[in-house]
Amino acid sequence: MTMASETGLPICTPDMSVGTLSAMKAVFVRDLKIALRQPQDLLNPLLFFVMVVTLFPLGVSPEVSFLREAGSGILWVAALLSVLLSLDHLFRHDFDDGTLEQLVLQPQPLFLLVLAKSLAHWVLTGLPLVLLAPVLGVMVHLEGNSIAVLCLTLLIGTPVLSLIGSIGAALTLGLRSAGVLLSLLIIPLYIPVLIFGTGTVMAASEGAPVGGQLALMGAFLVLALTLAPFASAAALRISLSNS
Amino acid sequence: MWQIFHKLGSPKWFFGIASALMPWLLGIGVALFMTGIVWGLVFAPQDYLQGNSYRIIFIHVPSAFLAQSVYIMMAVAALVTLVWRMKLADVFVRSAAPVGAVLTFLALFTGAVWGKPTWGTWWIWDARLTSMLILLFLYFGVMALGAAISDEKSSARAVAVLVLVGVVNIPIIKYSVEWWNTLHQPATFKLTEKPSMPAEMWVPLLLSVLGLYLIFGWLACLRMQTDILAREGRTRWVKELVQARGN
Amino acid sequence: MAFDSFAAFMAMDGHGPYVWTCYAVFFLLMGAITWWSLRQRRVIIAQQRRRMDSAPVRDERSAAASFTRIESSQD
Repeated sequence: MTMASETGLPICTPDMSVGTLSAMKAVFVRDLKIALRQPQDLLNPLLFFVMVVTLFPLGVSPEVSFLREAGSGILWVAALLSVLLSLDHLFRHDFDDGTLEQLVLQPQPLFLLVLAKSLAHWVLTGLPLVLLAPVLGVMVHLEGNSIAVLCLTLLIGTPVLSLIGSIGAALTLGLRSAGVLLSLLIIPLYIPVLIFGTGTVMAASEGAPVGGQLALMGAFLVLALTLAPFASAAALRISLSNS
Repeated sequence: MWQIFHKLGSPKWFFGIASALMPWLLGIGVALFMTGIVWGLVFAPQDYLQGNSYRIIFIHVPSAFLAQSVYIMMAVAALVTLVWRMKLADVFVRSAAPVGAVLTFLALFTGAVWGKPTWGTWWIWDARLTSMLILLFLYFGVMALGAAISDEKSSARAVAVLVLVGVVNIPIIKYSVEWWNTLHQPATFKLTEKPSMPAEMWVPLLLSVLGLYLIFGWLACLRMQTDILAREGRTRWVKELVQARGN
Repeated sequence: MAFDSFAAFMAMDGHGPYVWTCYAVFFLLMGAITWWSLRQRRVIIAQQRRRMDSAPVRDERSAAASFTRIESSQD
């Protein structure tokens, strides 16, 4: 028996015989398919990313020396903000049409399903940001080596943003003015990633070795991968019992 | 042992204990704190490097110390809320958060004012000040989430999850801010770190830290009692208590 | 005694304004949160009392008598 949501896609069978991995895969694929049916929603965070980056040369200074120095920070802050902006979508639709409650009732561990959802969110928002970053890197006059390191830090860092963000999205689910509250809760938790993300690029632009810092960011990623799904699964249960 | 634990969870029992403790907490706390700062202000010798401005230490360090340990206490209470569903633990988290936020702000403010004569500027993105600022954001987040969810039970548990997520992040934030600081400015003069502080300085400091701890205890008890009165308004013992009391 | 006179104590070798601002703000804010907490407590107690005056303590009987009884003063 397959359950069909509003979108007509099977969620996953409420049946012990479905392995956890295939359930995760089903959730992941479902989220991708739904998102691809609404390409505008995918494009919006990217447009936001580009626009925020555009504001800095216009608002502060278009000088090459300034942009080269501040570029990595500008790109990181813009990426952080656009991930933050897209987080509201992570659980919202599933919450509204009742899919989320079905997900919670599945026999498979909820935190793994949440992990699959967070990864899908990263593929839909974080990954496009990483792919777009080199273009914007050139526009803020970063050097080739710095751009490569920037993309690498974004590649490691944006999944952390999605994972931590899923906790905030789960906590604020169904609340009034959830968007502002979400930013308020999550931004302090993003600070370490931001610091190491920009710091690594700066070190690279000065020609210093960056292996250690990248490894530390990798450690952040592992930590977020292991802990964040538990917290957001707990938060989801709380938010659902509330409504 | 378990009986004590269950008793601890009972608001009525806590109310009685808190009422008995509060005069002591306030009296001893104020006495210790005032002794500490009067000693520090009037009798402690002048610092050879910073002159008299170092006398801010006697309120800066207690505030900063309390600001951090209040968050840790809240995290312990949050764990208790999630594991044992103890109502009293949530009452503590809710009552302590605004006090913690005020103390964090005070630590920031006194740090900034101290920075003026020491560094020649009101604000420096110093590692300690910056991580204090982030701690203040965490406190605000906890308070905002608690206010946003109207249902008492889910509010308690959601806040508990947030506090725990925050406490996991505090060491990471502290470490990364320190690393960031060394990246941007090579070892500046640190406010509170002294190779060797004479006893005339650290004894009053210790007194004021202890005193502020007790004053916080009093304030937390007071606020928890208020919260209990509001939540348990329908129970018999609260009704009797309210009737018996003059004010 | 680290100071020779009261004036020297207040001046603190030119650092007086900084030190005294800090202490003033500290006591102001701690006083404010204490005052606020005490006030909250008074408000809550007054509220409970008002509720009890409007619905006197005979909860056992009245609660058993009517299922549909609605507490009117929930504010």
